[in-house]
Amino acid sequence: MAGTFLKREFWPRFRRNRLAVSGLVLVAGLFLVSLLAPVLAPYDPNYIDIQAILMPPSSAHLMGTDSLGRDVFSRIIYGARISLKVGFVAVGLATLIGVLIGAVAGYYGGWVDNLLMRLVDLMLCFPTFFLILAVIAILEPSIWNIMVIIGLTGWMGVARLVRAEFLTLKEREFVQAARALGASDRRIIFRHLLPNALAPVMVSATLGVAGAILTESALSFLGLGVQPPTPSWGNILTAGKDNIEIAWWLSVFPGLAILVTVMGYNLLGEGIREAIDPRLKE
Amino acid sequence: MLHHLINRLLLLIPMLLGITLISFSVIHLAPGSPTDLQTMMNPKVSLEAQKRLRELYGLDKPLHVQYLNWLTRVVRLDLGRSFAPDGRPVWDKIKERLPVTISINLLAMLLILAVAIPIGVIAATHPHSWFDRGTTLFVFLGFAMPGFWLALLVMMFFGVYLDWLPLSGLTSLFFERLSFWEKVQDLARHLVLPVLVSAFGGLAGMSRYMRGNMLEVIRQDYVTTARAKGLPERTVIFKHAMRNALLPVVTILGLSVPGLIGGSVIFESIFAIPGMGQLFYSAVMSRDYPLVMGALVIGAVLTLIGNLLADISYALVDPRLRVG
Repeated sequence: MAGTFLKREFWPRFRRNRLAVSGLVLVAGLFLVSLLAPVLAPYDPNYIDIQAILMPPSSAHLMGTDSLGRDVFSRIIYGARISLKVGFVAVGLATLIGVLIGAVAGYYGGWVDNLLMRLVDLMLCFPTFFLILAVIAILEPSIWNIMVIIGLTGWMGVARLVRAEFLTLKEREFVQAARALGASDRRIIFRHLLPNALAPVMVSATLGVAGAILTESALSFLGLGVQPPTPSWGNILTAGKDNIEIAWWLSVFPGLAILVTVMGYNLLGEGIREAIDPRLKE
Repeated sequence: MLHHLINRLLLLIPMLLGITLISFSVIHLAPGSPTDLQTMMNPKVSLEAQKRLRELYGLDKPLHVQYLNWLTRVVRLDLGRSFAPDGRPVWDKIKERLPVTISINLLAMLLILAVAIPIGVIAATHPHSWFDRGTTLFVFLGFAMPGFWLALLVMMFFGVYLDWLPLSGLTSLFFERLSFWEKVQDLARHLVLPVLVSAFGGLAGMSRYMRGNMLEVIRQDYVTTARAKGLPERTVIFKHAMRNALLPVVTILGLSVPGLIGGSVIFESIFAIPGMGQLFYSAVMSRDYPLVMGALVIGAVLTLIGNLLADISYALVDPRLRVG
């Protein structure tokens, strides 16, 4: 059934939406760039050339070089890998936690629901960036820690979403039928309810990737994310700030890469949302 | 109304408890004891600092005792002493930075409201016009634009290229020697970029939100009624429609508080503004645990207060709640 929905309804609607398709193209492009980074990058991203320090963009260095003479274009290409990884791992974790908590809260209701939703309210009280920074202050900043922390602080939206879906779904006949047939709670949750609630989760996950990439780049920019020499768009921008009066290219290109990528995920997410349920379109 | 308020205030107690509980568990996230493992391997933390940390959290006692001890101190705003060489109480350090951060965020909020509401209203009353399309593009850009990148760009353009505005800090070096009006002017020149940049993200979201609200309200029966009885379009839009579309904006404004406070870390460290964000950032960089924990709790409490204020103002502006 899901297959025919995708082919008959989802895809034709998605394809007609020009913005959604451009989002898909941008995201697919990011995948390709990270996959083909060694082929696409003209230089080793960590190759230091002290004879080419802070060179403006030229035919040899398309996006110029940084204060160690490293090729910015190559570093941005390799930086795409970090963004891709952060997006997937952080949002994967957040979605997993959010789905579990939302499903349990929505399905069981009562005090369980009350307790879990108060936890959501509490977590939303913290300025997320403060919470992330506090944890990083205690653990060491590393790409893995960052992905996990972004995931652990980003599940509340999904939990609310899944809970709301479950609250309406669990009253439907097919759930009652499953229960009458003696299906266990676990089976009802995972086999009957969850598949029907997946669409909005997918939308929020896609939009969540955009948010995770923004957070990672901000952390790396502050020096608390991906540590040099590993290139990430955020930590190239740190160099941009340090050389703001002399090297515009260090600030402009990595930021553009973030902007385009985040926009791609946002457009894709909105596109999926509208293709799943055309009524949502304003 | 009073009942509603009392309810809200009572709800604050478990929330505050929860906030402290989560903050408390953060410090215990470190593998092993936070003093032993993390600090012994961290050359930035001296032996003396380790001792102070152990004293502050009473780490040799059982967990629930540790939490209760810490809580009773937090309630009295005793957040311990900073690890920095000056060793001042954490609350004193935060206290002197708070006004800066709060004022910048309030200014940013005002800017968001002043710009986003007209944009939303005009876009909604002229759907599919060039203005609507233009602002939609702006909104998409706003959602995807990293705030710190925008900060760099405006610094580069207005600060370096045009050389109109100062790049960093809150005041000029010669601030003390200026007359009152010159001081105001100097401060304003320093504030333009930070306020602009911190408002930008919220601007996109709020104008989108306002547009959606307006579109919704315009379809309501009472708006049709207002038009049918021949009221001028201006009155219909600004009196009947806009007032109702504005209601939920109050709530959204309250919800944007954590984002603004979190964002202050980035903007204050970029523009070198001596606010709470910058304090927090330097505390994280130097592993000043008591200061980090203190700022975390205060940040969450600020959010709580922001939400409460939004709730109260909602009750004040919505006649259904005011009377009921």
